[in-house]
Amino acid sequence: MTATSMAKATATGGRPPVIAICDVHKSFGENQVLKGIDLEVQAGEVVCVIGPSGSGKSTLLRCVNLLEQPTSGTVHVEGIEVTDPDVDIDAVRRRIGMVFQQFNLFPHLTVMDNLTIAQRRVLGRKKDEAERIARRNLERVGLADRGDAYPAKLSGGQQQRVAIARSLSMDPDLMLFDEPTSALDPELVGDVLAVMRGLAAEGMTMLVVTHEMSFAREVASRVVFMDGGVVVEDGHPDQVIGNPQHARTRTFLSRVLDPAAASLGEVPGAPAGSAGSAGSMQGEVAPQVGFERGPGLP
Amino acid sequence: MSTTSAPARRLTRKQRRRVSLGLQYALLVVLVLAFAFLADWGTLKENFGNTDLAREMFPDVITTAMVNTVKYTVFGFLLGLLLGLVLALMRLSQIRAYRALAGLYIEVFRGLPALIIFIFIGYGVPFAFPGWQIPGGLTGQVTLALGLVSGAYMAETVRAGLQAVPKGQTEAARSLGMSSTRAMVSIVIPQAFRIIIPPLTNELVLLLKDSSLVYVLGMTLEQQDLTKYGREITQANFNSTPLLVAGLCYLVLTVPLSYLARRLEARQAKAR
Repeated sequence: MTATSMAKATATGGRPPVIAICDVHKSFGENQVLKGIDLEVQAGEVVCVIGPSGSGKSTLLRCVNLLEQPTSGTVHVEGIEVTDPDVDIDAVRRRIGMVFQQFNLFPHLTVMDNLTIAQRRVLGRKKDEAERIARRNLERVGLADRGDAYPAKLSGGQQQRVAIARSLSMDPDLMLFDEPTSALDPELVGDVLAVMRGLAAEGMTMLVVTHEMSFAREVASRVVFMDGGVVVEDGHPDQVIGNPQHARTRTFLSRVLDPAAASLGEVPGAPAGSAGSAGSMQGEVAPQVGFERGPGLP
Repeated sequence: MSTTSAPARRLTRKQRRRVSLGLQYALLVVLVLAFAFLADWGTLKENFGNTDLAREMFPDVITTAMVNTVKYTVFGFLLGLLLGLVLALMRLSQIRAYRALAGLYIEVFRGLPALIIFIFIGYGVPFAFPGWQIPGGLTGQVTLALGLVSGAYMAETVRAGLQAVPKGQTEAARSLGMSSTRAMVSIVIPQAFRIIIPPLTNELVLLLKDSSLVYVLGMTLEQQDLTKYGREITQANFNSTPLLVAGLCYLVLTVPLSYLARRLEARQAKAR
């Protein structure tokens, strides 16, 4: 697991990892959310982080661009230690695209202005240039004709694609996705995943927190399973999703991939520890009911 | 059984409601008639409806008095808004001293009568700083007095507006590499102001009425506002008509503004 990823890191040779998370802890008051996370992401890798809600996936992602300050440990992005208090975090964040579960488009600005405001105010690009880049990225996400619309006029899926285009307009070196499809109606999920698939194919470095197992299996170069604030398993998707080594991973996957079977199986003799959380888990994974590829679990 | 319940049943619920409404209407009619017969209509008409006197007030009541009232109000509002924004940002500052200072200011100026502030600006300041004058003459004095008072009220409104902008907006802005100041100026403040336009409109109405306190500061004819102007003519003619005209001029301004505020509020409620 961690050993394999370390081996991989050394195998890729000279270039430092794009993201290097080292022994990161994070507590909110008494609540310890991250309990010593080690994770590296190499250039061009797509790493999907999966795990039950409350396992610390989103917090980990937010530690990468310092939306959350880790309680201890270090995070390096492209060799720069972002957890160093002296580092210019704004300069680092320019190179890290972030896509949120709730889109977080700026509702008082048109789609075009959403895409150009940071280019102009942060990167100092001229209006023409910023709009040209914005149009190119809107085209990329299939919304070339919606530049004049306000976000409220768009569907959730369109808003999320605009949010991706907004991040891309800053020419980021890597992208963070925080459950990008979890707030979407099931029929809108596909368009957003298609855009993300395209990005992955172009070689974008991506760290994705997701519940979309089919996406993770198909697109990810690595899948990380988190539970209780630690990385339980880390490896190739066929290994982590297809042939998980840990009981916790297996329990989680059986619920996510086949909620109906999990709830049926629970009645006669489910493990006592997991019974309590099963109900909430099912509600969360409801959109994945239409999962196509059978994962071949026991 | 049927005999005892018969009288209670004589009035159905519908009938009882009719009787109650009838009595209320009857009371209204009696009161109106009493007023109509007892009032001395001749004196009332002479005192409140002197059309000659009213006609004489035009166009000065509009071109001087109303214009002055609007001018004092708008200047005071702008200063108050600026002050309110600064105080709101101080209230939300990470530095405890700023928070405390802003809190103290807001408590003090919301707790004092506006009249005291006007008297202080008009008389206290000249005594305290002999030889120094508030720039802008009377307009400067009114602007300062109204701004100081309304700033305290608007600070709380602006703060509420800033806090009503979802946290994700700042996070998205910061993720794009904006500094916290840039995120505040370009993303949070514009959205906050949209949220607080209705309460700010209400504040403008309050301020319009408070601008009448300018009367405590001595002023020339050309500087008179609606209240002062109406009062002068009323006192000179021993007649209330000018005051009534001045009052109507206030309503011409405040009623549409209040209506606008309600409309904006309703539209915002629908947009949520």
